Amino acid sequence: MTSVTTEIAGAPRRIRWADMGPFIALALVVLIGTLINTNFATGTNIANVVTRSAFIAIIAVGATFVISSGCLDLSVGSMMAFVTGVMILTMNRLEPTMGANAILVGAGFGLIVGALCGLLNGLIVTVGKIEPFIATLGTMGIFRALITWMSDGGSIPIDRALRDPYRPVYFGNVLGIPLPVVVTLAVVLVGAFILYRTKYGRRCMAAGSNADVARFSGVSVARVRTTAFVIQGLCVAIAAICYIPRLGAATPTTGQLWELQVITAVVIGGTLLRGGKGRIWGTVAGALILEVIANLMVLSNMVSEYLVAAVQGVIIILAMLAHRFIK
Amino acid sequence: MKRLTQRALTLATAASLLALTAGGAVAQDKRTIAVSIPAATHGWTGGVVYHAEQAEKEIEAAFPNIDVIVKTSPSATAQVSALEDLSAGQTLDALVILPFTSEELTGPVEQVKSNGTYIAVVDRGLTDPTIQDLYVAGDNIAVGANTAKWMAEKLGGEGKVVVLRGIPTVIDDERIQGFTDVMKDTNIEILDIQYANWNQDEAFSLMQDYLAKYPHIDAVWANDDDMLLGVLEAVKQSGRTEIKYALGGNGMKDVIEMVKAGDPVTPISTPYPPSMIKSAIYMTAAQFSGQAPMRGNFKLDAPLITPENADQFYFPDSPF
Repeated sequence: MTSVTTEIAGAPRRIRWADMGPFIALALVVLIGTLINTNFATGTNIANVVTRSAFIAIIAVGATFVISSGCLDLSVGSMMAFVTGVMILTMNRLEPTMGANAILVGAGFGLIVGALCGLLNGLIVTVGKIEPFIATLGTMGIFRALITWMSDGGSIPIDRALRDPYRPVYFGNVLGIPLPVVVTLAVVLVGAFILYRTKYGRRCMAAGSNADVARFSGVSVARVRTTAFVIQGLCVAIAAICYIPRLGAATPTTGQLWELQVITAVVIGGTLLRGGKGRIWGTVAGALILEVIANLMVLSNMVSEYLVAAVQGVIIILAMLAHRFIK
Repeated sequence: MKRLTQRALTLATAASLLALTAGGAVAQDKRTIAVSIPAATHGWTGGVVYHAEQAEKEIEAAFPNIDVIVKTSPSATAQVSALEDLSAGQTLDALVILPFTSEELTGPVEQVKSNGTYIAVVDRGLTDPTIQDLYVAGDNIAVGANTAKWMAEKLGGEGKVVVLRGIPTVIDDERIQGFTDVMKDTNIEILDIQYANWNQDEAFSLMQDYLAKYPHIDAVWANDDDMLLGVLEAVKQSGRTEIKYALGGNGMKDVIEMVKAGDPVTPISTPYPPSMIKSAIYMTAAQFSGQAPMRGNFKLDAPLITPENADQFYFPDSPF
């Protein structure tokens, strides 16, 4: 907390540059993309890429809270698969009696399940006093096993009667903007408001920057962190709501390794992995950078299919280095 | 205290000795077949588990003297431990194994064999083929080649296709090899081959990118039906109509349903059936129950699944 305040008081100009880092990196990647491939800047491609990044972006907003409060959540990918599975099963069960309204009830139930999953993580970390890395590694395995068990290793498809009424949630748009993007914007705005404009947001940073100091100044670190995990769970559920209509099924590989993408997006965005500093908009830029890079790898013929992951890794490290130098 | 532990130890040894001899006596008329397979972590292995459990029930009902034990393991190391546990607790007459990896499992399986156990290997071969008595596998090259032949014929020997491949493994390499080798002799141009890791989501994204990159695509081959579902969703969203065929492979039940319904874009599939574990268990049971000789290699063909024969490949209760 102290470091944040002194920095703001000390050199506001330089901080602004450093904060621009992720956006400059995004602009750069987009510029390179436009130069090397004519198909990149087409409306459909941009719309596809932005819509696809919505899931990671939404989950990463929650992760920004968890990470800036000084914790880490490795279970988000598995939790996403689990919540998706529970939601589909609920909707299928309710469909015969409620028709399309089953989607609304199922989504509401999904939010509750997501929040409870987050609460579980939070309580293990704060009340159980277990390192977040280990605690969420444990729940990661639990959620993944539950979805595998629920699906017998196969897939849980949504009822055919629900596919058409639900489809617009991923494929539809409002004034030309794809719906998942609208949802992401809403989540980001609410997230930014909570993190930057409320007492809770400041406590989150305080808990992450120095838990002891925060405790002495009367902040309940445990409560702050538990709440961060609940926010994370809600974000996962929101992402799941947008995810289901895309392929209409949950499988044991749903959301696999997303936790790593989420953490990468958050860190590229300028949030400190050790906590104490959160950047919501940067997180969104981070999620977009990841998706644009993946998209460019396919569009350009320069990289062998065997080396795609290596090039992605190099670009991410370069982006972080550039960030450091701008500072 | 010391004497007490000592006494307890002797007792325990005596008990285990007794159990051993008893086990040996029973084994004379009762045969035990252990089945070691990967845990259900994705559609195909989910199918393997389903068919192994099915076979267990059917064999035990048909041959009361045969006991089938199915063990699933989530990783190669876990499978090695499972083998140790299985062979430590009892004498195994036969082991049917779908190894996680060839290299890591070869030694442990050899260990089991040294006790005189009959070894049936499924799908992935061991590095030392002399260990196995029976080898049952699908033909991955044929999966690729048969699809390619059909596609080339339907496209009249020319056109532009894109390919989605799975996780970098021998299975994936062989399918791609079978496909590209056939396509080489035609005028069909393979525009692109990229990894989508046998994952629906990644296949969806990759197909969106292919559609953005290439203004004209005649056909798509996803070398697995799971990926095909992602591909179809991306094509549907794009509204592109020039894509005549989108084919997969493996024989997933959702895709077989499409084949049965005479879907114009996906009228065929090629089997690489998880039920091959069942073939191996049945053949092993035959070896012991009817003494029908079952030593050798058994390679399952990959005939096209068409609306006419789709029923043979359709398992509505299987997760895959």
